[in-house]
Amino acid sequence: MASAFWRSVFVDDAVVTRPKRIPVFRRDVPGVGKKGTDEEAFVGRAGSGASVELVDVSKRFAEKEVLRNVRLSIASGEFVAIVGRSGCGKSTLLRLIAGLDRPTGGVLYRDAVPVDGIDPDTRIMFQDARLLPWKTVLDNVCIGVPRWKAAAAKAKAYAVLQQVGLEDRADDWPSVLSGGQRQRVALARALVGAPRLLLFDEPLGALDALTRIEMQRLIERLWRQHGFTAVLVTHDVSEAVALADRVVLIEKGKVALDLRITLARPRVRDSGFAHFERLILERVMQSDQDHIEPQEYEI
Amino acid sequence: MRRFVRRKMGLFLPWLIPAGVVALWQLLGDFGLIPERTLPTPVKVAIAGVRLLLNGELVHAIGVSAVRALTGFAIGGSIGFTLGLLNGVMPIFARLTDSTVQMIRNIPHLALIPLVIAWFGIGERAKIFLVALGVLFPIYINTLHGIRSVDPGLIEMGRVYGLRGWELHCKVVLPGALPSVLVGVRFSLGFMWLTLIVAETIAADSGIGYTAMNAREFFQLDVVVLCILLYALLGKLSDLIAKGLEKRWLKWHPHFGVRSSSTTPS
Repeated sequence: MASAFWRSVFVDDAVVTRPKRIPVFRRDVPGVGKKGTDEEAFVGRAGSGASVELVDVSKRFAEKEVLRNVRLSIASGEFVAIVGRSGCGKSTLLRLIAGLDRPTGGVLYRDAVPVDGIDPDTRIMFQDARLLPWKTVLDNVCIGVPRWKAAAAKAKAYAVLQQVGLEDRADDWPSVLSGGQRQRVALARALVGAPRLLLFDEPLGALDALTRIEMQRLIERLWRQHGFTAVLVTHDVSEAVALADRVVLIEKGKVALDLRITLARPRVRDSGFAHFERLILERVMQSDQDHIEPQEYEI
Repeated sequence: MRRFVRRKMGLFLPWLIPAGVVALWQLLGDFGLIPERTLPTPVKVAIAGVRLLLNGELVHAIGVSAVRALTGFAIGGSIGFTLGLLNGVMPIFARLTDSTVQMIRNIPHLALIPLVIAWFGIGERAKIFLVALGVLFPIYINTLHGIRSVDPGLIEMGRVYGLRGWELHCKVVLPGALPSVLVGVRFSLGFMWLTLIVAETIAADSGIGYTAMNAREFFQLDVVVLCILLYALLGKLSDLIAKGLEKRWLKWHPHFGVRSSSTTPS
């Protein structure tokens, strides 16, 4: 059973071209509009990613200002990676976009509508999988099925489990899965509701190197297939370059760099890749030297 | 074959010490090393057991005691669970009631026996009241602790997936608190028998404790020992029931149901 997954991960599926971007209108009635098989209901929604706009967004916790007047706009269907050192405010930014926290200044827009709390079209993948240990893998995925579609929840959940290659573990408890498998279940749970915006809060940080690469390919493949907008927070620059259309560097609560990665997909670790990786890393390190020993490095 | 023997040994092992003690006890009694008036031999106790079983006294006593124990457990347990639930879910309610509950909890409930006899006499209500009081607090504390120690990450996940109010509690909070609630149940089953024994010994006109006290009046030590052994068996039985509940409700938990050996690398 697992061989389908391995094939999908390792066989080059570059033939699948990015779906064309169509202008997005806010769906008034969720679930209405597209009629078809269950499969289509969440696979065939390509090109319906949400756009995100941050206008002078600030966030302070008591005395500490974590984000200062951040301006950022993310197009529909775009894959944006947010990098930065730990404590730079990148996770806070993601929580603001998710609607889990509210900004202390500025406005966030999702599809030109101000963000007001948690939205059923937005899903988050956390660093830990956060599966409910008392529900089976399949029932955990069912949690992601929106209520208005609850009738065929199990069938939908099973279909998405197939996409992440875990259909043979559907009846297992989460406690017997490995870390990578748990994250794949969490990904299935996030995808089953056909979100238009998927936020990743360092979801691969706790995985080993090989599982990471496997998961990166899986995320990229599913992103191309589903067409959601993706925002990935990571401290791994090479992961950002491997996955993102754009890499945004956050430094001291501000956007310090906004770089478009012009490499073709799927990305190979060639000289172009190394160029972008070095560019971003140098920018991160340079600010560090400016900060610590500004007078020693004069050229 | 060797594995089979080892498994049989595993089943047999917990009973080795009790059986040895009983055998030693019988031998010491037979050789007159333990006088009859101090402790009757196991065979004598067994004979007394058969006698009381045949005249129906034993079944009646066990029935009466079991009804008291379970009624008290049901009342006290549901009050403790509800209180723990309300306090765990609503901080304002916890602020209102928790310190009062803690004060009452620290009164040894058996110290209330004189007062309870004055209130209820020696009827059923007195015993049920005491059992309920003894059972309430272990369940209350463990329910509250269980709810408070549910992983906040899971609750946040639930909110992201649109679960709120009743649904969030049913799907995330309560199942998360359940292992702790069941620990409370096991504790309180112990308290249940303890309270009942004391209450029945001091003031009762039926039940196992009454049978024991009555037999003491007539110096039927075999019956007294029989009653004590009965309590031990009933205690073991309720522990088995609690373990059964854990096995059934916590089968997702690595400690109870899941075989961790089936973990496979991805």
